[in-house]
Amino acid sequence: MIDTQSSSGSKLVWVFFLLLFFAHQDFWLWSDDSLVLGFLPMGLAYHALFSVACSCLWAFACFRSWPEKLEQWADEAVDPDDNRSAS
Amino acid sequence: MSDFTFLASAGEPVSRTPLYVLLVYMGLLLALGVLSSRFFRGTSKDYFVASQSIGSFMLLMSVFGTTMTGFALVGSSGKAFSQGIGTYGLMASWSGLIHSAVFFAIGIKLWSFGKKYGYVTQIQFFRDRFDSKQLGYLLFPILVLLIIPYLLVGLISVMKVVQPITSGMFPDTFALPDKVLPNGKSIPHPLSGGVPGWLSGLVVSTVVLFYVFFGGVRSAVWANTFQTVVFMITGIVAFYMIADKLGGVASAADVVKNHAPEKLIREGSIGDWHFFSYLLIPLSVGMFPHLFQHWLTAKNAKSFRLTVIAHPICIAIVWVPCILIGIWAAGLYAAGDLRIPPLPGGGPNANAALATMVRTLVENPLLSGLLMSGILAAIMSSLDSQFVCLGTMFTNDVVVAAMGKDKYSDRQLIFLSRAFIVGIVLVSYFMALYLQGSSVFSLGVWCFSGFAALFPLVFAAVYWKRASLGGAVGCILATLFSWCYFFYQDIFLDAGAGHGEYLVQGVMPVTFVFLASSAGMILGSLLTEPPSRETLKKFFPTLS
Repeated sequence: MIDTQSSSGSKLVWVFFLLLFFAHQDFWLWSDDSLVLGFLPMGLAYHALFSVACSCLWAFACFRSWPEKLEQWADEAVDPDDNRSAS
Repeated sequence: MSDFTFLASAGEPVSRTPLYVLLVYMGLLLALGVLSSRFFRGTSKDYFVASQSIGSFMLLMSVFGTTMTGFALVGSSGKAFSQGIGTYGLMASWSGLIHSAVFFAIGIKLWSFGKKYGYVTQIQFFRDRFDSKQLGYLLFPILVLLIIPYLLVGLISVMKVVQPITSGMFPDTFALPDKVLPNGKSIPHPLSGGVPGWLSGLVVSTVVLFYVFFGGVRSAVWANTFQTVVFMITGIVAFYMIADKLGGVASAADVVKNHAPEKLIREGSIGDWHFFSYLLIPLSVGMFPHLFQHWLTAKNAKSFRLTVIAHPICIAIVWVPCILIGIWAAGLYAAGDLRIPPLPGGGPNANAALATMVRTLVENPLLSGLLMSGILAAIMSSLDSQFVCLGTMFTNDVVVAAMGKDKYSDRQLIFLSRAFIVGIVLVSYFMALYLQGSSVFSLGVWCFSGFAALFPLVFAAVYWKRASLGGAVGCILATLFSWCYFFYQDIFLDAGAGHGEYLVQGVMPVTFVFLASSAGMILGSLLTEPPSRETLKKFFPTLS
C-alpha cells in the first residue's frame, strides 16, 4: 500500500526503532550483579527502562506518522470493481 | 538457611477461604457473560467482531489480556526461577518493542482491509489477497494445530496453579501418597489435599465456555477487560505482600545475592545469540488469528493508539514483579527455606514457583484467594479469545467457504460456531490432562515459534506487491516442514536435554524456521505468476 504521508516522521520512527533494537542486547551489563535502589538487579532495571523507552517511541510514532489517509480509505465505500472475493 | 523459613505446610489445618473467593470470582464472570449477552444483537457480525464497536481502552485491555496468558505469569516466574533475570530481556522487552511495531505496521492495515471488505478472519484476507480459495484449506488446519498448544499452555497453567495453592484444603478427598526422598526418608506430598488438575481445568473450561457461548467476541472483550484489570492489580498486591513478608524488597534481594547470585545476571545462563534470536518470537502476534479478530473489533483506527503506546508499559507492570518473585523463590529454595513441589525426576517444578510463593507467603486467606483469582484471570483472558476465534474460523473459513454464504442463516452460523467451540474445549481439556507435566514455557515458545515463522506471509501480503500465491504456499509449507522437524528433534528425540533449552548452533530453532519460511515466500513468489492487476488495485491503492 502506498502511504505518502509524514515520510520524515516515519524515517525518524524507524531510526529510533533500530537504535532500540541494538540497545536491547546490552552486552555491557551481562555480568553486572549490582542492585539499583537496593533491590532491582541492574539487568532487569535496564530492561524495565527499555520498556518505557519503547512506549515513548510508539507515542512518537502515533503522533508523527499516523496513517490518517489509510483510515479515510477504509471508511470510504468499496469500489464495485474491488468487490469480488475468493472466500 | 536464610533468615526466612517457609517449609511448614503439611499437616496444618488450611483455610478454604481462598477457594471460596475464587468461586465468587467465577460467579462474577458468569454474571458478566449474561450481562454482555444482553447487548448481543443476534447477528453473526456481532458474534464474531462485536459489530466493530470497541473503543481504545477496551481494545488495549482485550489485546493485552489476550497476549498475556499463563505463559506471562506462571511461565515467566518459573523461567526466572531457573534462569534468572535474563527471562525479562528474552521475552518482555523484545515484546514491548516488536508487539507494538506489529500493531502499528501490520495491525492497522489489516483492520483497514477488514473494515473495507468485511473480513472477520485472517484466512478471508489471505484468500482474497492471494486470490485462492484453496489457500484457506491449507492454512486453516495449520493455524488450528498451532493454536492448540497455546490453549494447552493456559489449561496446564490452571492445573499447576490451583493445586499448590489449595493443597491441604481437602486432606481426605484429594489425599496423595507421601514422597520418598533419595535418602529413603518419607515426607508428606506438598500437593496433598489440593484441588487436582482435572477438576480445576474442568471448572475453568466450563466457565469460559459459558460466557463466550452466549455473547461471542463481545463477551470475550468485556471479560478480558475485567480480568486484565483484576490480574494487573492483584499482581501488584501479590508483589507487595510477598516482599513485605520477606522483610522488604531489599531483604528479598539479599537472599538472592547470598544464595543464588547467578540469578541476578545473564552471564553463564544465556548466550549472546540465544538472547538475540528471541526477537523473532514476538513476531507471532502478527499471525495470531485471535489477535486479528480483536483488531477487527476496533471502532476506528485511532482506537489502536492507546494499545500501541501503552502495551510495552503494561508488559513491564506484569513481568517485572513476576521475574522478581521468580528469583526470590530461587534464593529461598537455594537457602533451603522454601519447598517447591518436585517434578517426577526429583528436581523442583519451576512452574509451581509463583503458586508456592503465594501459598506460603501470603497469609491472609482472603487475599490469597484474590491472588489466585488474578492468576486465573490472566489465563482465562487468553482462553476465551482463542475459543471464540477457533469457532469463528471454522464457521467462516470452512463451512461458509465450502457451502456458500447463503446456505445458512445467521442463527445457524452462530450455532455451528458454538458447536465447534465445545468440541475444541473438550479436545484441549483432555490433551491438557495428558500433558500436565510439560513445561509451560517450552510449550508456549513452540507455539509462538510456529506463528512467528508465518510472519513473512502477512508481512509480504501487506507490503510486497510481488508476493504471489506460489510464495504464500512456499512460505506455509516451509514453515510446516521445518517446524515439525525441529519440534520432533526437541520433544521426541529430546535434543535439548541437559542444556536447559533446545538450541541449534546457539540460537533458537525459530531462527531457521523463519529463514526457511522467508525463503519459501521470496522464491515461490519470484518463480510464479505475479498477482493480478485487480488484486494489486484492491490491496495496494494509491492514497491521496
